[in-house]
Amino acid sequence: MSSGARTPSANGYLLDVEDLKVSFRTEDGVVRAVDGVSFGIKPGEVVAIVGESGSGKSVTAMTLMGLTRSPNATFEGRALFDGRDLVTATDEDLRKVRGAGIAMVFQDPMSSLDPVQRIGKQIVEQIRTHDRKISKAQAYDRASELMERVGIPRAQERLRSYPHEFSGGMRQRVMIAMALSNAPTLLIADEPTTALDVTIQAQILDELRQLRTETGAAIILVTHDLGVVADIADRIVVMYAGRVVEQGTLDEIFYDPQHPYTWGLLGSITRIDRDRSQRLPAIPGLPPSLLRPPEGCHFRPRCPHAYDRCTQVPELKARLADAADHLDRCWLEPERKRRLRVVGDQIGLASEEAVIS
Amino acid sequence: MNVEGNGDLVDVQAGPPTDGSGPAEGTPLLAIDHLRVLFPIKAGTVVNRKIGYVHAVDDVSFVLNEGETLGIVGESGCGKTTLIRTLVRLVDATDGTIRFRGTDITKANRKDLEPIRRQMQMVFQDPQASLNPRKRVNQIIATPLRIRGVPKDRFEAETRGLLDKVGLHPEHLNRFPHEFSGGQRQRIGIARALAVEPKLILLDEPVSALDVSIQAQVINLLDELQDDLHLSYVFVAHDLGVVRHVSDRIIVMYLGKLMEISPAEELYTKPIHPYTSALLGAIPIPDPNENRARERTMVTGEPPNPINPPSGCRFHTRCPRATEICSTVEPQLTEYANGHIAACHHPQNVTASEVVGAVRSDASPLTAGDDRPVT
Repeated sequence: MSSGARTPSANGYLLDVEDLKVSFRTEDGVVRAVDGVSFGIKPGEVVAIVGESGSGKSVTAMTLMGLTRSPNATFEGRALFDGRDLVTATDEDLRKVRGAGIAMVFQDPMSSLDPVQRIGKQIVEQIRTHDRKISKAQAYDRASELMERVGIPRAQERLRSYPHEFSGGMRQRVMIAMALSNAPTLLIADEPTTALDVTIQAQILDELRQLRTETGAAIILVTHDLGVVADIADRIVVMYAGRVVEQGTLDEIFYDPQHPYTWGLLGSITRIDRDRSQRLPAIPGLPPSLLRPPEGCHFRPRCPHAYDRCTQVPELKARLADAADHLDRCWLEPERKRRLRVVGDQIGLASEEAVIS
Repeated sequence: MNVEGNGDLVDVQAGPPTDGSGPAEGTPLLAIDHLRVLFPIKAGTVVNRKIGYVHAVDDVSFVLNEGETLGIVGESGCGKTTLIRTLVRLVDATDGTIRFRGTDITKANRKDLEPIRRQMQMVFQDPQASLNPRKRVNQIIATPLRIRGVPKDRFEAETRGLLDKVGLHPEHLNRFPHEFSGGQRQRIGIARALAVEPKLILLDEPVSALDVSIQAQVINLLDELQDDLHLSYVFVAHDLGVVRHVSDRIIVMYLGKLMEISPAEELYTKPIHPYTSALLGAIPIPDPNENRARERTMVTGEPPNPINPPSGCRFHTRCPRATEICSTVEPQLTEYANGHIAACHHPQNVTASEVVGAVRSDASPLTAGDDRPVT
């Protein structure tokens, strides 16, 4: 199973996830939401996990924080952080990791803040949970500092506000302030800008970028928006139907993508810098049900380039001679891929007709 | 009509006849004149006093021509959704007029509206919430068919034809909405809108709830349907990439006001209003190199409160080019070459001679000043 490409944590990874699997028992059967996810993140790095709904990207992120634990869930594989395996860690150990080690920012800032508590109190509670020695007054000072840090004007005053008195963008800033409160070394942001307007999104991304330079924290950004990814990420992990199908640096994924799903994803985005003359090369069909995933490569039923070998699961490994960290799960020869992925003059997923001709 | 086929839509589609019963030549499909929609804010427990108004749509004028796609973009709270809901009379206008093919429908009653609504359909953002979960697909589509006067024995064939047209399996007509994915549900919403053979479809963020790969499918479908059925679209979205892809002309709104109306391509290559540049600058381009290379204007702050909007130009509180006049005089809508219209005292990307040649547009708000723009 293991390709032996790397030994955990030995090569400077802050977090090293290896062959993570998460299944949930449901009334209809076992859903394998995450089915073999491996990636590593180095200190100060921004890694984006990209995928569509149901790809398992959020479940992966939540599992690292121990938020998917339930009697119905089973886990395999490991996720090493700071000498601990987050998958098997006790609740007590996880509590220590949360906050000071890993902090999380969620998509919807309204439902992640307590509506009946003042903002200040919520931040102070977070600070004091992880740092018992700090006094209340000190904690309030720290809270107001943090709020200023993330660009909230009149921070001292706004500590007394309730969440509903803040706009969506401001609430997301509060969430980031809370996440920063114990100086984490890893920040997991799950679709942090999806609920926001573009002008506010740009401001928040700027905030995250600054934060990385100032604190040196690594960031895992879970998102479906390739524009956001291009704006901030160093490396990209592309997920499809529970599996990592490709991972590499920002430029590798955008300019030399190896997996047909990545081609489809890149081809089907509408862009403000492209004209409308041509139809979008959409990916045909729908993602599979994770109750009964297709045999072999999960993308096979939608892939115009699939052939008989695709009924076996391709391993996630480096397939290019000159890029040892650019991994993918596709059986096609790299040379062939280079030809197949060009649709018109751009990268995209060719439709079936085009393949035959 | 080939109901079983799944092949080329272009050939099998008979298409509605372009009837000669319409209005005089040159009448736009839709003409909006100084439309205002204000929502009163009430307070008081015993006596209901009005303490103010939310200025959702404030003096907006534009026309939509046959076969055209008009995109409307803006941030949340800019009034884009209220605007198109007002066009189908789901919300009543406070002031101004809405003309559909020359007929004033601003105050029309239910009975007079019925024939108009058959020509004007809406597709909503959330396909889950806009389909009745307890009805099967054929029942959902049957209602508009009945309204169109299709005989009952033709219902099934028609429904199959519609499902085929929007790219769903005709055999799925007995399923419930929950048995479909988000993208498929949006297709059902589109099939329902098509069932009355409309001329115009108003789309309110039709793809923003969908994944990118599914977005592309639905956008392509809308494109095909437009070609086959000669539809006109009003396409509301916050995603400027999507809007660029579908629109012929684009309207940019901010806090209830029109900021800019432009031919689609030109909006992206030559934005005149600083707000438009700010919106464009905020969107990350999904291409690392281009993203690194380009210069971006970033706006600070958040949109002001629409209950008490800023005086003069509504964008002046966040605008990098704002001067004295911007906070006192509401800018007129100025028409530059190519029918490119913008409401700004200090337009960008236009030459001095272009400014001299520009004229005040009839769409200018009634409260706008006469001051000419200065570069």
